[in-house]
Amino acid sequence: MNSTPTNRTVPSPPPSTSNQPTPPAPTTRAEYCVLACAEAWRGAGEVLASPMGTVPSIGARLARLTFSPDLLLTDGEALLMGDVPAVGARSEVTEGWLPYRQHLALVATGRRHVMMGASQIDRFGNQNISCVGEWSRPARQLLGVRGAPINTLNNPTSYWIPRHSRRTFVERVDMVCGVGYDRAEAAGPSATRYHHIPEVISDLGVFDFSTPDHSMRIRSLHPGVSVEQVREATGFELVVPPEVPETRAPTAAELRLIREVIDPRGLRDREVRT
Amino acid sequence: MSADEAIGRLSSGMTIGIGGWGSRRKPMALVRALLRSDLTDLTVVAYGGPDVGLLAAAGKIRRLVAPFATLDSIPLEPHFRTARQNGTIELTELDEAMFMWGLTAAGQRLPFMPVRAGLGSDVLRVNPQLRTVTSPYEDGEELVAVPALRLDAALVHLHRADAQGNGQYLGPDPYFDDLFCEAADAAYVSCERIVESEELVYGGSGRTESTGDAKGSGNSKGPRRSADDRGSTDDRSSKDPWRGPQTMLVKRPFVTGVVAAPNGAHFTACEPDYGRDEAFQKAYATAAADPEEWAVFVKRFLAGDEREYQSAVSAFHEREGETA
Repeated sequence: MNSTPTNRTVPSPPPSTSNQPTPPAPTTRAEYCVLACAEAWRGAGEVLASPMGTVPSIGARLARLTFSPDLLLTDGEALLMGDVPAVGARSEVTEGWLPYRQHLALVATGRRHVMMGASQIDRFGNQNISCVGEWSRPARQLLGVRGAPINTLNNPTSYWIPRHSRRTFVERVDMVCGVGYDRAEAAGPSATRYHHIPEVISDLGVFDFSTPDHSMRIRSLHPGVSVEQVREATGFELVVPPEVPETRAPTAAELRLIREVIDPRGLRDREVRT
Repeated sequence: MSADEAIGRLSSGMTIGIGGWGSRRKPMALVRALLRSDLTDLTVVAYGGPDVGLLAAAGKIRRLVAPFATLDSIPLEPHFRTARQNGTIELTELDEAMFMWGLTAAGQRLPFMPVRAGLGSDVLRVNPQLRTVTSPYEDGEELVAVPALRLDAALVHLHRADAQGNGQYLGPDPYFDDLFCEAADAAYVSCERIVESEELVYGGSGRTESTGDAKGSGNSKGPRRSADDRGSTDDRSSKDPWRGPQTMLVKRPFVTGVVAAPNGAHFTACEPDYGRDEAFQKAYATAAADPEEWAVFVKRFLAGDEREYQSAVSAFHEREGETA
């Protein structure tokens, strides 16, 4: 059921030590990325937000503290957090239990929007986290497929890529772990039935698959990033709309939440270079 | 029974399931006993962590069945990487959920379970033995038929167990340890402490450490104490936390042997008894990246028995404390 407003109050920031209000520092690239990740969970409703990576974790918490108060968040283990602690800090309130086996039930019923990483991703959103090179004897063994095959066929799966480059945005992934639009289509109706890749977010911009053939297009670029720069960093032809919008800037209140409440230690800057 | 006795019941070429998840509550004392054995040619079935890494480095694994191998706080398992990149192990790479349904099928004596996972992915390309199944109902959906992951033996580590083989977990997640035991012809449960059955639900004070023979040690049913020994119920409930029967994860019909293994999940996490030994895990991963350093690590920590391992770990931390 939906939450009542009383149990989702926004924590107060620590009191200011100075009486002189100083203008906030300019929004950093990392903060645009946090905002873009948070936006991925806008309107998600009462689902589990599964962020993988620091910036998506900050984004999910920002979404819950602002426009998506019904999101579920885990402590990274098996507990659902009833509060929204700073990243790296301990949760004090547990609102539920989510061991792996029950996690999979949220996946299978689509009550989850995961934001996974990707060692490689292609124009149709096929993702690889397993290995680089020939699978039978990889040049670089990575994690393994993990839950990417079931995630992509059952719940919305977005991707977060902190360093946009041709090494990651490739023409063809070496091992399809997360299923992209072309592969789902080829596999048939059981694969496409609940398949949805809402967004790919990188340090350069936000991308989606809202094109006739579901090939990746630019939805927005972070301020200071040019279309040319993204093209150079992408190993396939991106769809570029006639007007490329800028990623929305965080409001003053959102910026304060990011800086003072959710990530006071500035962990976001370790993931996204300024 | 001892860890070595449990491993002594296994043979080369077997399919062995290992419980836990990543670098969390792995039956490491049993894995170390396996390292000391002359077993080889194993098929290891696991949500892989350092168990997989250690066994691969020691040349024990012919085939690994897994959706990943990771150290959690260190994303990539170094020995698993080396083994894959050198082509020294074969791999059956499954999705995490496919893996769970494979264990479930084995525990239900079913040949397979249908899952909406794998379709469209390269899991089907690299596992050409996988088949799909068409729903016989109106939907007519075509799904992947994950074959049962039947195990010759399962190794799991829990927090407490009684001598009869009833196993209890006290941490946040059971992982899939019950499924591993149900999917196996024989399951060996190591635990932090063997306690009297009555302490499992009203537990935790440690006042009545079991002195009976644990399952698998010849006298398969440990002696039960008389009611007179137990103290009053009032006394117990005032001192001991109510664990709840839902913590009783593994049932004795599925358990062949119980092994007392304090700190037996080290260096993986075993909350609330202890967390992951991050300093030691880091030392493990660093050593694993270099063959010469690895030889030193093996000599220092893995050349002796479990007691020697645990004292070497203590010495490691004493030295860490001095240099910190």
